[in-house]
Amino acid sequence: MTAMIALQKVSLSYKGAGAAAVQNLDLDIPAKTFFVLIGESGCGKTTTLHLINRLLEPDQGRVLVEGIDVRTVDPVTLRRGMGFIFQAIGLFPHLTVAENIGITPKLLGWAPGRITARVDELLDLVRLEPATYRDRRPAALSGGQRQRVGLARALAAEPRVMLMDEPFGALDPLTRDDLAAEYRTIHETLGLTTVLVTHDMTEALLLADEIAVMRAGGIVQTGTPRTLLDAPADDFVRTLIETPKRRARLLAEATGLGPPA
Amino acid sequence: MTDVAWERLPDYLGQHVLLSMSAIAIGVALSLPLAILIARTGWLRGPALGLASIVQTIPGLALLALFYPLLLALSAFSERVLGFGFRALGFLPALLALTLYSMLPVLRNTVTALAGTDPALITAARGVGMTRRQTLTMVELPLAAPIIMAGIRTAAVLVIGTATLSTPVGQTSLGNYIFTGLQTENWVFVLFGCVAAAALALVVDRLLSLAEDGFALRSRARLIASAVGLLLVLVLSVLPSLGGASKPVVIGTKSFEEQYILGSLISDRLEKAGFKAERRDGLGSTVVFHALEANDVDVYVDYSGTLWTTQMKRSDMPPRKVVLEQLSTWLAKRGVRYVGALGFENAYAFAMRRDRAKALGIETLADLAPYASRLKIGGDFEIFNRPEWDAVAKAYGLHFAVQRQYQANFMYSALVDGDVDVISAFSSDGRIAQYDLKLLGDPKQALPPYDAVLLVSPRRANDDKFLAALKPLIGALDLTTMQQANLMVDRPNDKRTAEQAAQFLETRLKR
Repeated sequence: MTAMIALQKVSLSYKGAGAAAVQNLDLDIPAKTFFVLIGESGCGKTTTLHLINRLLEPDQGRVLVEGIDVRTVDPVTLRRGMGFIFQAIGLFPHLTVAENIGITPKLLGWAPGRITARVDELLDLVRLEPATYRDRRPAALSGGQRQRVGLARALAAEPRVMLMDEPFGALDPLTRDDLAAEYRTIHETLGLTTVLVTHDMTEALLLADEIAVMRAGGIVQTGTPRTLLDAPADDFVRTLIETPKRRARLLAEATGLGPPA
Repeated sequence: MTDVAWERLPDYLGQHVLLSMSAIAIGVALSLPLAILIARTGWLRGPALGLASIVQTIPGLALLALFYPLLLALSAFSERVLGFGFRALGFLPALLALTLYSMLPVLRNTVTALAGTDPALITAARGVGMTRRQTLTMVELPLAAPIIMAGIRTAAVLVIGTATLSTPVGQTSLGNYIFTGLQTENWVFVLFGCVAAAALALVVDRLLSLAEDGFALRSRARLIASAVGLLLVLVLSVLPSLGGASKPVVIGTKSFEEQYILGSLISDRLEKAGFKAERRDGLGSTVVFHALEANDVDVYVDYSGTLWTTQMKRSDMPPRKVVLEQLSTWLAKRGVRYVGALGFENAYAFAMRRDRAKALGIETLADLAPYASRLKIGGDFEIFNRPEWDAVAKAYGLHFAVQRQYQANFMYSALVDGDVDVISAFSSDGRIAQYDLKLLGDPKQALPPYDAVLLVSPRRANDDKFLAALKPLIGALDLTTMQQANLMVDRPNDKRTAEQAAQFLETRLKR
């Protein structure tokens, strides 16, 4: 089976910066996989994500989506076929919730009736009561509600690929866990291929089918959470993968040393 | 006096609105694409905003004045190359200057608003699959719209205010009230002009603020109300002034009372003869001559000595008959029709308070010379830059301690109040008799004669009907009559308008 998304020997360096943002990157993302890119700030994970929908163009190498070189596709068409979510969400403040969600279908020229129906369907999917939220402005929503709308907007044009850049990063922990779990279900139900960027290993371990650990513009190791836990490629991967365990231990120690309840 | 002011309102307001709205519309149409280009390219930002700021620092009157010679040269050039010229006076220079003025606020606000777009929204716009153009029209411009509208509001208020300054370049506006009022000390007129311009600015500002809210709140009703309101202002104010479609004849005047009275006299006569007369009031002394040559003005009254020195550049002072003969020959060569002299002279005449002159024993300019270095002289805005002044100063060796420039009517009060000792008065001015001023003799004949002469543009030079309406004025006005008419307008009590003084003159014409 060919990969849904493939990066082949991809390199990109930003003008003025000395080191390459990503270097000689190879990545195969099978269809319907929940794929997580993890690493420290500046390791090139966001750059990698942006290379997939041509927000960035590689200096060298090829990016293939469903076997087709993305350079042969009009970038605007390419992006309309993919869902894109990022931490800042970027809801358009001058548009209502319904108009925000319906933007890509509108750009694709869907009939207004079809857009309205789709918007209500998506609001239900992300658990926002359509009648209550349809006509609100983003300013009248909480952070969690905003990201739900962001999610609905990304899903609006029935994409097969979802690109997510720390989508839950700015949310409070409870909302974050709820929304992450809900999204995992949506991913399954709709049969999506999801590429999610995060620096939170707990999130990665909870969500991912497959994880790629990045460091300094390159891939250190790719594998299932199990593989990474059992056979980390080096000390860096081991330290990273053990973060949740280490934090749990620290937490136990901290609460254990405290006065009895 | 307010009756006369109300009577003129349709014409002045209509022209004012047409001028300001055209300037704002063109300014916005130029500024918006330019601002988008600046926001896109980056490097244009400094030069474009810098240039617009410099334009903004040029005083309004100067900017308007600069466009006249520029357009005159352009018109002459296009006449030579393309075979047709255009009117360098009036609407065009005013429109261009005001358009330039309107650009900075719109440009600056648009550039700032576009530069201030949240980068996350640009990323989101690209992420959802918008093209660059869609990002601009669907995200950047809608978000910038309230700030852009605020810029347009600032520009509109600025332009409506500054448009009052377009009177001296021959464009009728609400400024005509202010300039005429200032010349004739008619403060009702000045106030009327100020209030009318301010009211117009206020109305337009409120309507644009409605549009600003409309963009901010995305309220279509507000946007429509604003557009309808602006359209109403335009239609209601411009319609009444679009009366007759026939091409009018244009009467020019310089910026003092006597000129307004004579302008009114001429325009009454021409209208009686069936012409549609239009006034270009308060033009600069040389501007009006060039405008006549260029057919922008069809008729006006000038003074032989002024033309002799400033246009013919002559410094010799032959007798009056010779001056008039040579002048008419010189004018004919330039296509201008010299119709004739009106019969009175309005000469530059240096004047002092009678008591002061007596105390110093001064009768003539020659007597003045030894005291000059201790005395203060007041003049109008032109005299010290005119060749006549150089001639007088040189002939009598006059060097005053202080030189001050006044609006002609303030000059007389300055002399009476003792702020200055000598002024460059005008011999036909009624105030010389009113204040009992001592006119100083010119024994060396340094000053030329200043016969009031009627000049007609090349376009009307052979229009018999036109000339027939004016001919009865030749040789029909003597100095005393003119002084009386001038005093009617100048005197502080029982003041009359220039129109009323013109009607008085009409009854006193020598047949």
